[in-house]
Amino acid sequence: MSSATLATVLGADWQTLADAFGLGGIYALMAVGIGLVFGVLRLVNFAYGQLIMAGGYALAFAYERGWPVWTGILLCFAVVLLLTLAMDRVVFRPLREQSPAVMLVATFAVAFLLQSIAQLWFSSQGKIAASLSSLNQPWTISGVDIRKISIVATAVAIGCLLVLVTVLGRTSIGLHMRAAALDFQTARLLGVRANRVIGSAVLISGLLAATVAVIMTVQTPLVTPDFALRDTILVLAGVVLGGMNRLVPATLGGFAIGFASGFLGGALPTDKSQYLPSFLFAAVIVVLLIRPGGLFTRSGQRAVERV
Amino acid sequence: MRRVASLVELLVPALLVALVALVGTIVSTSTQTYVITALVNVVIVVALYVFIGNSGVLSFGHVSFVAVGAWTAGILSIPVAEKPAIMPSLAGFLRDTTVANVPSLAIAAGVCAFYAFVVGLPLMRLTGLAAGIATFGVLEITHNVLRYWEKIGPGVTTFSAVPETTGLLQAALCALVAVVVAFAYRHSRYGRMLRATREDVAAARAVGVSVYGQRLIAFVLSGALAGLAGGLYVHLLPVNTESLYLNLTFITLAMLVIGGATSLWGAVVGAVAVSAVDSFLAVAENGIHIFGGVLNLPAGTRVIVVGGFMALVLILRPSGITGGRELVLPRAWGRALLTKSRP
Repeated sequence: MSSATLATVLGADWQTLADAFGLGGIYALMAVGIGLVFGVLRLVNFAYGQLIMAGGYALAFAYERGWPVWTGILLCFAVVLLLTLAMDRVVFRPLREQSPAVMLVATFAVAFLLQSIAQLWFSSQGKIAASLSSLNQPWTISGVDIRKISIVATAVAIGCLLVLVTVLGRTSIGLHMRAAALDFQTARLLGVRANRVIGSAVLISGLLAATVAVIMTVQTPLVTPDFALRDTILVLAGVVLGGMNRLVPATLGGFAIGFASGFLGGALPTDKSQYLPSFLFAAVIVVLLIRPGGLFTRSGQRAVERV
Repeated sequence: MRRVASLVELLVPALLVALVALVGTIVSTSTQTYVITALVNVVIVVALYVFIGNSGVLSFGHVSFVAVGAWTAGILSIPVAEKPAIMPSLAGFLRDTTVANVPSLAIAAGVCAFYAFVVGLPLMRLTGLAAGIATFGVLEITHNVLRYWEKIGPGVTTFSAVPETTGLLQAALCALVAVVVAFAYRHSRYGRMLRATREDVAAARAVGVSVYGQRLIAFVLSGALAGLAGGLYVHLLPVNTESLYLNLTFITLAMLVIGGATSLWGAVVGAVAVSAVDSFLAVAENGIHIFGGVLNLPAGTRVIVVGGFMALVLILRPSGITGGRELVLPRAWGRALLTKSRP
């Protein structure tokens, strides 16, 4: 570790640290959205980023017409939820019986499909969604400047995760979802209604996608057809890194890769940080080989078969 | 009889390739580029088939072999005199060497076979979802390194000054080579052992098949074919890191899935059919005169059509339009007659 990085850890650059926390929080939310659906359907949703992209375009649509902020956010949630439910009905449901690999290829196709629809509809130039851009201004806390959005992102992520933990831990539908994520067949035998559980998981993942869309457009107001595509790939890697089979490890994995990518991206000089994706994915491959169950799982839980 | 049937498996895809090449000889020069691209796509999809089709393990990483093949063949074929101007920071050995076209293709295939071996050594232990994510990681790493490491290539900039030598004949010959190699592998003892592991890992192991070893053999072979395709690509079109990345991964996987991943016939049919549709739409995106009117599709239509078609095939017919079976003529004819005679 170079001395520059060490200095950053010791507090030389609080903005980088705050940004890293914010990005980690966003990735954690995406990881929950992907992990929940994977838990009940065994389906890795490669098209998750395109849901976020759709939300971004909804916000841009509202911004262009000068609508108030809350209308834009409502529109964003409505669009993302509709698209999520449509995706579940049209793609996920017919594919439920297929192997995870086939479903991954199918959502890969859906991702490209949605991306080119966006390109066709809005052109690849991109649109601006800047209604919340005042959040990009810094707050000065005891002499240190930190952009508001980094704090807001961290706070929203923590808030969402707390709500989610409560829902999953304290309500009966949460109990059903946890049971289904652990062993879907047994849960069904014990009277858990499959469609209701899958429906709620898909719905929550849609809500999270809409939330992420709102936060992300503040950080990058230019919405393009490949908005959030790179982030989805990183989060997928993070989810596998943490441990696909359980929600908490998956979320931690998402946070870890978001934090690492935000922190190293900000702390390293450009000639090193441009190779960041290589290091992150190399780490993912190494983890898959050494701990196939994931970094944050107890040993004995095998998510991945090996030969 | 069996020998005749298996020869049909080789001859029919080979004939299809020859037919595509023949079509290429009668069309205009601009359309011919599409035909040549289709033939290069056949090589890539056959390479995918050799690994994915026979092993049943998913790979998102084969386009990284195409990219490495393109880099190898491209760098080695640019004339020495032009290299310093285009790529000032190229490593010494690469800067001072230029080889002819055919050796550059052979070296590309060789380098990619080696690369696939190195990558496959650890990765072939994984299956299912983990293999999908890990091979995706390989694609990301390869893309990232080729994009920024200017000692081994042009980096972000597009390849220029590569001799455009991939003609119709060469592309067709390479597609035929790929088909013959895939056929020979399919009917070799190794191909049969690998397909046994695809059907039932435990049973294959029980009769002494090394799942890991067989997958590694197929991975190296398919890596070499993908590298050959990369060499053909760089000699055909001006490529850069972005043109050998996610979009190519998507379109070639779509070709394999739509055709039917478990058969050579499916791979060739998928590559030819999707290439045909794709090139037609690509032309239409620039506006063409057809049926007395002007058809002018907006940019992006190709991916929508191909992506929608791929999703449909996966939902309605997961084994592809060929059903994932090799073509067996007499029985197919018999079936056709039967269905016709019904009222």
